[in-house]
Amino acid sequence: MSSARKHDHLRQLESESVFVMREVAAQFERPVLLFSGGKDSILMVHLARKAFYPARIPFLLVHIDTGHNFHETIEFRDRLVAETGAQLHVGSVQASIEAGRVKEEAGPNPSRNGLQTVTLLDTLQELKADVALGGGRRDEEKARAKERFLSHRDRFGQWDPKNQRPEVWNLFNGRRSPGEHFRAFPLSNWTEMDVWQYIADEEIDMPSLYFSHRRRVVERDGTLLAESDFNRLLPGEEWEEKTVRFRTIGDATCTGATESTASTLEEIIAEVAAARQTERGGRSDDRRSEAAMEDRKKQGYF
Amino acid sequence: MDLLRLSTAGSVDDGKSTLIGRLLYDTKSIFEDQLEAVEDASNRRGEGYVNLALLTDGLRAEREQNITIDVAYRYFATPRRKFIIADTPGHIQYTRNMVTGASTAELAVILIDARNGVLTQSKRHGFLSSLLGIPHIVVAINKMDLVDWSEGRFEEIADEYSDFANKLGVDDLTFIPISALLGDNVVDESQNMPWYHGSTLLHHLEHVNVGAHRNLVDFRFPVQYVIRPDQDYRGYAGRVASGAIRPGEEIVVLPSRKSTTVASVDTFDGPLDEARAGDSVALTTTDELDISRGDMIVRPLNLPTADTEIDATICWTSETPMEPDTHYWLRQTTRETKAFVNRVVYRIDVDTLHRDEVKQFELNDIGRVHITTAQPVFFDRYQLNRETGSFVLVDPHSNNTVAAGMIRGSVVTVDDLPAAPAEEQLRPVSPDVVWEAWNIELAEREALSGHRAAVIWFTGLSGSGKSSIARHLERRLFETGARTMLLDGDQVRHGINGDLGFTPEDRTENIRRIGEMAALFFRSGSIVLCTFVSPFRADRARARGLIPDGRFVEVFVDTPLEECERRDVKGLYAKARRGEIAHMTGISSPYEAPESPEIRLETVGREVDDVVEDLLGRLRGLGVVR
Repeated sequence: MSSARKHDHLRQLESESVFVMREVAAQFERPVLLFSGGKDSILMVHLARKAFYPARIPFLLVHIDTGHNFHETIEFRDRLVAETGAQLHVGSVQASIEAGRVKEEAGPNPSRNGLQTVTLLDTLQELKADVALGGGRRDEEKARAKERFLSHRDRFGQWDPKNQRPEVWNLFNGRRSPGEHFRAFPLSNWTEMDVWQYIADEEIDMPSLYFSHRRRVVERDGTLLAESDFNRLLPGEEWEEKTVRFRTIGDATCTGATESTASTLEEIIAEVAAARQTERGGRSDDRRSEAAMEDRKKQGYF
Repeated sequence: MDLLRLSTAGSVDDGKSTLIGRLLYDTKSIFEDQLEAVEDASNRRGEGYVNLALLTDGLRAEREQNITIDVAYRYFATPRRKFIIADTPGHIQYTRNMVTGASTAELAVILIDARNGVLTQSKRHGFLSSLLGIPHIVVAINKMDLVDWSEGRFEEIADEYSDFANKLGVDDLTFIPISALLGDNVVDESQNMPWYHGSTLLHHLEHVNVGAHRNLVDFRFPVQYVIRPDQDYRGYAGRVASGAIRPGEEIVVLPSRKSTTVASVDTFDGPLDEARAGDSVALTTTDELDISRGDMIVRPLNLPTADTEIDATICWTSETPMEPDTHYWLRQTTRETKAFVNRVVYRIDVDTLHRDEVKQFELNDIGRVHITTAQPVFFDRYQLNRETGSFVLVDPHSNNTVAAGMIRGSVVTVDDLPAAPAEEQLRPVSPDVVWEAWNIELAEREALSGHRAAVIWFTGLSGSGKSSIARHLERRLFETGARTMLLDGDQVRHGINGDLGFTPEDRTENIRRIGEMAALFFRSGSIVLCTFVSPFRADRARARGLIPDGRFVEVFVDTPLEECERRDVKGLYAKARRGEIAHMTGISSPYEAPESPEIRLETVGREVDDVVEDLLGRLRGLGVVR
């Protein structure tokens, strides 16, 4: 609560998120917190520490690893886990491929983003998790705008947007039948701007990828893809070194960088305030069709 | 920078999605890629303009059918304020979504198409907004461009809607003429309506007073979760529902009623010197008590109502109709108990506000019911406290949330009483005097004191033990913070009834005056204890008639004459036997024992404390005291 007597709205959002996390801890038996290494999931860990202080976070951290990571993400993840004393479980998409549960996409730009869903559901089942906390926010995408704080999933892990439980006042109904589980989104009411302002107020450590740096990238379909073992050049393309930063961090094959010189939190906030593109605008996975996110959510995406 | 949660209601035809699109667009909360996506979609659909509505209609079915199915949340901010819009559809079949959206809102924007004027739907939105206790309502009269920016048309609609809203008791109602499509008076002032001198919609949203719905007086802390990292620390985690608390203050835990003191108000960022409504904190206590989720921490002199019989307005939110025999889960604050709908009082027709008699509720029905719970629920009336006055019912088979409820009070409440008692004509009335309703309603006084008012009338022979029992009982009640008054025979005969003797006529007048006094103290919210021999049934019945049903408790202190005479504390029996006292009840004047008193007490061979304990238990059983 130290943050922000000046930012009263952040204090209210913080209190709301803490309230939701405590409800989850109280109403469920085997809660897990989905940790991607991005700023939203780092914020989630920060808020979870606040919610249960001085006890340790009562959620198992689960990372669904596509194998296509920025090494900065993994280093940051391991440091945070050590610092908070939390437990970490890694679900591997590579393992799902090898087990024949999913098939790698063909073509020049194979993304494992879609494959994550199977690994995620398998992992949740393996852990017998009855709720998975995610850092999703309603401002991210149209289909997310209709998400509940506590989102019911059927036995197949699917979301039915037309048949959601009404969520009135602050009364969260987590009652479930065996085999069903929930997703919980404590950051529902935060916007990208709120997240950055709060990170600055609270001085939360962030991976270097978010800050401006020099990196070899290639422009493809309006997105700047970073050079890595997983991104290959198409005929006629060439790597180019640019001053960039990432607005979101996900699978390296589909998370685009943006040209930016913002190297401090203050500069990032100024940039977000002036931005004319959504943060997911750099993600080719959302742009595949008008209802891309809705379709993936129905199947059980984060 | 603070936060305003608002809801919008209206159908696509009213231009609601366009209005929200306009607010987002003009406050630069829409990004280029979102706008491009909408432009693409508008083109593909063959629309000749950029359809801002597509920005908000998020689900594929909605875009295809041009309707809004579910509550969608939108965000925008200005340098002054962050806004969360709960965007709810206006069709009748989606009442439950409007209730969902309105439940957390502090302001409602109701859209009216200037061409169509006040429709049933506009009234329905106003009714639901007032029912859900939204303190501020803005009526945006849209499409002013299509009525030639006519001031007359605006006034006509505003007058009609004001008449309707007055019936609902809406406190803050504002009318703004706008054109969402062209942007007039949404963010920028209109050049087309020089006759309008009020704020633009955004200006109004930025300046309306927030937090008005918060109850800052009554401290209520529903325990959410117990934090226990080791043997040495026990923190009771929760969000302050209302009021405030500081370390060192005395608290009571419900339902155990054990009291202790707040040792600290803890957060990750260090201890606080005060936790206020809305703060998520952990409380530690000086004594180790058994406190768990579902308990409520309150102040000893400000208790919520505890009851198992609840009078409530509910909205049915499920496709499965209400079942009279189903034992639902009732969830209120962090508490959960089994409950069933005991009685459907009436259903409200949200369009006409008529009350219909029905047996059960179906999807989107709203009305008044009586609910019986297995465990007591600790609540305040919804009107006084949204956080502790709201609940949901959960179906035990499907686990779905089937109803959203707002508590009106305990089942027998003063709301059910006629404004002036029917016995009015039986009471003497001075000439040229007209009955006026009480300035402050009893329910308000009870909400303030945190307990119900009652008259506990002790009758019995002189020396039966009435006074001793009542004095002990009053002390016990007073120590729980209750407002009490004890009226005793010897006191009232000094002064107010000093002109009366002991003839049957004078005894009757004595009891009549005492009954009136008890009724006045009752109206002030007190628990009134009356200890009078009051030998005549008719006199006692008359005193009872001044008090609402369920609030008058006749306690017959049934001690045999021989025992009373043996005790003879005041020496009255001896005097009577010597013939020095005329009209001594039991000796020379009759005692008409009650035929069916609420409570009958025997005292022979018992200690006063023991009798009082017994009495308290039975008063609790009757729901008279807690």
